[in-house]
Amino acid sequence: MPRLIVVDRSGDETAIHAEEGRSVMEAIRDNGFDELLALCGGCCSCATCHVFVDEDWTAATGAMSEDENDLLDSSDHRGARSRLSCQIAMTAALDGLRVAIAPED
Amino acid sequence: MAERADVVIVGAGHGGAQCAIALRQNGFEGTITVIGREPEHPYERPPLSKEYFAREKTFDRLYIRPPTFWAEKEITFKLGTEVTKVDPAAQELALSDGETYGYGKLVWATGGDPRRLSCSGADLAGVHAVRTREDCDTLMAEIDAGTKNVVVIGGGYIGLEAAAVLSKMGLKVTLLEALPRVLARVAGEPLSEFYQDEHRTHGVDLRTGVAVDCLVGDGHKVTGVQLAGGEVLGAEAVIVGIGIVPAVGPLILAGAAGANGVDVDEYCRTSLPDIYAIGDCAAFACDFAGATVMRVESVQNANDMATCVAKVICGDAKPYKAFPWFWSNQYDLRLQTAGINLGFDQTVIRGNPEDRSFSVIYLKEGKVLALDCVNAVKDYVQGRKLVEAGALPNVDRLADAGVPLKELLAG
Repeated sequence: MPRLIVVDRSGDETAIHAEEGRSVMEAIRDNGFDELLALCGGCCSCATCHVFVDEDWTAATGAMSEDENDLLDSSDHRGARSRLSCQIAMTAALDGLRVAIAPED
Repeated sequence: MAERADVVIVGAGHGGAQCAIALRQNGFEGTITVIGREPEHPYERPPLSKEYFAREKTFDRLYIRPPTFWAEKEITFKLGTEVTKVDPAAQELALSDGETYGYGKLVWATGGDPRRLSCSGADLAGVHAVRTREDCDTLMAEIDAGTKNVVVIGGGYIGLEAAAVLSKMGLKVTLLEALPRVLARVAGEPLSEFYQDEHRTHGVDLRTGVAVDCLVGDGHKVTGVQLAGGEVLGAEAVIVGIGIVPAVGPLILAGAAGANGVDVDEYCRTSLPDIYAIGDCAAFACDFAGATVMRVESVQNANDMATCVAKVICGDAKPYKAFPWFWSNQYDLRLQTAGINLGFDQTVIRGNPEDRSFSVIYLKEGKVLALDCVNAVKDYVQGRKLVEAGALPNVDRLADAGVPLKELLAG
């Protein structure tokens, strides 16, 4: 399984295994992190699974949809590397992906 | 000796789960027990009428947290158990298994039970609610066994979402709504009309203003729905989506105030000492509805009240003022609602429903109360700010989809 490196809100970094085909949000949630609300369950209807993708990985995670882009605008913490983690599907190509959980809105 | 926890949470849905999580996040070190009626650890309910029902997601993907998480956080679960009685003086609960359970603080997060039909035939096999995993699994098994004709009673969000999934599966779906339009309790006419057209386009036989006389069956299983006029619609399965009844019986019997659910103040406190209530079952004076005392049935409300009550218990009391939002997915339509439209006196349509991307904006005395945004995420995000600001925008500009809503904050 590809590895995913998660930086939590206190700055602690943990490497986890993320099942291919599942979203980064699911991997974070299912590995015991409690900081992501992910209230809509991953259907791109809210912005409570906001993460910052490491600069080296922004290209590999692909382009975001217009809906995702618009939803991210609702966050006060939006930056250039912002993504909704429910919209990034884990693949072998993303082995080593590093994301940081964004501050709570 | 009876078991006891410093905080007992009754209800293992979105609210109960988030309350336990937020207690630990806020540093609560006492014992926490969650008592849940269903056998499963907390899972997301919205997918029951969407992705889970459509089999796009397996059940293990619905867990709010993996079952191992709860043990790590030292949160105890007592599942498959109901609270039958609350004794506020002794601070004890009577449970369906005959045990008693003591509490220091009690958080009531039971949600509601699906409202049942009162007509004859309501108890027949093949008549379903969509509230629990078991409801959904039973219905899915019947579809696997050959059910082809389904009647959905109730044109609220649950009924409409179920109809969308079933019609996409190729089943023959009839949806019956007693009122003159679907979503009548929650949305304005333009939204109702849009969704009625969509469902009909997708092959759903959608009928409004229709009264159900009774359900007919073969003595065991439902075979059809008889309308007031005498017509019988054949069906091997019937879905009843006519709202919920708040599950507050034991609390009310114990003396808690409440007419529609249980009443809580801005700190989620009921009228009984050390007893709080959150989520679908809690009636509160809602700031976003002119302080009307009401229940709000949504994941957002369950979650945010849970966080509020956890902070109250941890000594960081702040009044509940979370912004209300909601979503519903049907076919390829993403509906997002911001605010509460209660008491609106005007609606503005922004964009063209024929484009399948538009918003209905609800105003009261010129002030933006709420928005229903269909495939219009930008409007949802920017419109939310209008609601929060209590903006009084120019109506012509509001209706002009070419003008971004954020430009209307100043009027």
